[in-house]
Amino acid sequence: MIDNIKRDHSRFRSIVKGRIKQDLKKYVTHGEMIGRKGKDLVSIPLPQIEIPRFRFGDREQGGVGQGEGKAGDPVGQGDPQPGEGQVGDQPGNHSLEVDLTLQELAEILGEQLELPKIEPRGHNTLKSKTDKYTGIASQGPSSLRHFKRTFRETLRRQIASGIYNPDNPVIIPIRKDMRYRSWKSDVRHENNAVIIYMMDVSGSMGDEQKEIVRTEAFWIDTWLRSQYQGIETRYIIHDATAREVDEDTFFKTRESGGTLISSAYKLCEKMIETDYPPTDWNIYPFHFSDGDNWSGEDTRVCLEILEKNLLKTCNVFCYGQVESRYGSGQFYKDLREHFGNQHDSVILSKIENKEGILQSIKDFLGKGK
Amino acid sequence: MSSTEFMNSQLTPELAKVRDQIRKYAEEYGLDFFETIFEMVDHEQINSFAALGGFPVRYPHWRFGMEYDQLSKGYTWGLQKIYEMVINTNPSYAYLMKSNNMVDQKTVIAHVYGHVDFFKNNYWFSKTNRKMLDTMANHAVKIRDHMDQYGQDRVETFIDHCLALENLIDPHLPFLNPKRRDAEEAPEKSTEPGRIKSDRQYMDHYINPPEFLAAQRKKLEQQVQKDKKNPPEPKKDVLQFLLENAPLEHWEHDVLTIVRDEAYYFAPQGQTKIMNEGWASYWHSKMMTQKALKDSEVIDFADHHAGTMAMQPGRINPYKVGIELFRDIEDRWNRGKFGKDYEQCDDMVAKAKWDLKLGLGRQKIFEVRRVCNDVTFIDEYLTEEFVDRFKLYTYNFNRRTNQYEIAERDFKKVKEKLLFQLTNMGQPFVYVTDGNFQNKGELLLWHRHQGLDLDGRWSRETMRSLCEIWKRPVNVETEVDGQKKLYNYQNGEFTEKFV
Repeated sequence: MIDNIKRDHSRFRSIVKGRIKQDLKKYVTHGEMIGRKGKDLVSIPLPQIEIPRFRFGDREQGGVGQGEGKAGDPVGQGDPQPGEGQVGDQPGNHSLEVDLTLQELAEILGEQLELPKIEPRGHNTLKSKTDKYTGIASQGPSSLRHFKRTFRETLRRQIASGIYNPDNPVIIPIRKDMRYRSWKSDVRHENNAVIIYMMDVSGSMGDEQKEIVRTEAFWIDTWLRSQYQGIETRYIIHDATAREVDEDTFFKTRESGGTLISSAYKLCEKMIETDYPPTDWNIYPFHFSDGDNWSGEDTRVCLEILEKNLLKTCNVFCYGQVESRYGSGQFYKDLREHFGNQHDSVILSKIENKEGILQSIKDFLGKGK
Repeated sequence: MSSTEFMNSQLTPELAKVRDQIRKYAEEYGLDFFETIFEMVDHEQINSFAALGGFPVRYPHWRFGMEYDQLSKGYTWGLQKIYEMVINTNPSYAYLMKSNNMVDQKTVIAHVYGHVDFFKNNYWFSKTNRKMLDTMANHAVKIRDHMDQYGQDRVETFIDHCLALENLIDPHLPFLNPKRRDAEEAPEKSTEPGRIKSDRQYMDHYINPPEFLAAQRKKLEQQVQKDKKNPPEPKKDVLQFLLENAPLEHWEHDVLTIVRDEAYYFAPQGQTKIMNEGWASYWHSKMMTQKALKDSEVIDFADHHAGTMAMQPGRINPYKVGIELFRDIEDRWNRGKFGKDYEQCDDMVAKAKWDLKLGLGRQKIFEVRRVCNDVTFIDEYLTEEFVDRFKLYTYNFNRRTNQYEIAERDFKKVKEKLLFQLTNMGQPFVYVTDGNFQNKGELLLWHRHQGLDLDGRWSRETMRSLCEIWKRPVNVETEVDGQKKLYNYQNGEFTEKFV
């Protein structure tokens, strides 16, 4: 009967995820339970499907309660009204979402976007060896003595040789009975991958553009992490010059000034050269910009770097152009002119607004490189 | 289901002894219960039983999975835990959590005997199917068969539609006098108008003028037509009407019958929530404090008991209200605080000290548990003193501040609101009034408006389900903001108009 409920449970989960019975999807509400994990509050998502009924409006009904208070005192907050977002004045009361692991999230993403599984480069597998204490040996240090197994051996020997007396069950191990924990080596093949994010932070990239980049980067990150173990991420920002930054800065910086895209590509090139030998690594550079480069001359430099170096070392080079009011969008055109629409290892994508993110992710990852 | 189906589900010898002891106490107090079988289960089992409404075997449906999802998450995160569960069957089955400590087990066993006594003796449970364990299992087999034949999605979707109408039953129906039900089917009336007798045929034209006869005939025909209306009177058991009149396929008929049967089975539990929990809590507290507790267990018991009885602001705890009302009644009948003399007494001090030493309390609460349901329980025994003492209030939603606010503490208002929430289990009264609306085979339901409007969005969705079952356009007559409205749903479209 436990199996039955498990079946009902997985059916419910499938409905909530929208895999079956789409018509129920509109009845799904996303509640939460607030739990505790150490000091932190965690929010445990509690999806519910409400079967429609003839019923009274919640608000109209009111009810009977119990406790202190005079007329007019609030008893509980109503649902927030749409469009009435309040600026929090309370210190951070963050609760973390649990339940969905990133792995599951990536699965959903993969299903939704019909992303293919990425084929790792065959000859680039790394081996990692870990030792696990799962074995048993008859030799070893006392500190690793396995009491239970030793006891069992002794008992077995004593019974077999007729020494064991159930009325006076004394168990005396001898040297031969001793058992110790011992390790087994576990060799795992890993495909290592590095994502290098590059972003144009020149004056023309506004907050909205950065928001788009951030969202997209998150999902790309999630997907690639589900495909590779030991993924690394590096961040480069550039205006007229490029520098490496940490994740936080990457998403928050707003600089102004001109744009020399080649500066970023040069830095990226150097990074790969020193840290990520292409024989061992799957390399994914992503570049986001509003497509405004300083000069045609610089664009030519960029193309040269791509041709001669980056395209040879990377799995795929992705360029995402975020639409902005100030950008000319010229860089996208230049790249397309040069590489064409169907180049094997260059993927171009235009992201017009937030709604375009999904399609753009599909553009980037849909090829399964 | 036999207990051998469970692994290790039998009570430990120690617990079996405790059970026998408590059972003896319960009998001494005069409780009268079905044979009760206790099973030991782990948290996963109890969560799964609870998700299935207490029954080990139900038909496959996602909503049980949803309940399970919530219960198991609550358990995993240590937010909630089910202590006990008992089902209304003969013999009764109750489940004890393996991980509970001895005090909790004792409390639960005592509590369970209270519930089973209530199931057996409360009038509103008297018509329930006590073999529901088997019936539920049969329902499961039937529905599984249909799913095998017609596809799980199709059958489950139809179950969803039926569940949307699950509350359209008439919990009082099982109690109607069968004679009265027969009387409704009177013989068909003749449409021939009565004539005044006369020997003189030549005078007949004047005595029974043909125009008049024709008018009379027409009137009578209309009357008969009206009588033929199906249903003749507004009918609250909409599900039964659908079973008899909707063009259902064989398997759909089965599914709807099953949903209706189960709704009727669970109805009394909804009607007696406060009383049932109050009664069981009253008895576990009585038995534990007077007999079963060891000195070392007092603190644990008090802690747990207080947790169960705790009131949250803005919510009524049925355990608390129930137990306190029973205690209040017992005290009043012990001291004779009822009747004309007491009620007309103006002296508050005298009233507070009132004691006629009648000692009728115990007898009275047994009577109350036999005849009342939550509505009559509150209506009859909620007193002004009680509302004051437990600080009950009514609250309303304030659109301006977007929050619920305390409205009043007036006794009459509190009682009125409480009764409104309990009447028809807080659901709107919806009747079927015409199965051939506008002579087009459409269905007409009528919402008896009692001050609260229906929620528009939910009504629309519910009508969608209704339409799937009736398979022709459906209508609902209701009131919105004081104006009569007619909702119509057909071909996937919803319209509304004022009438």
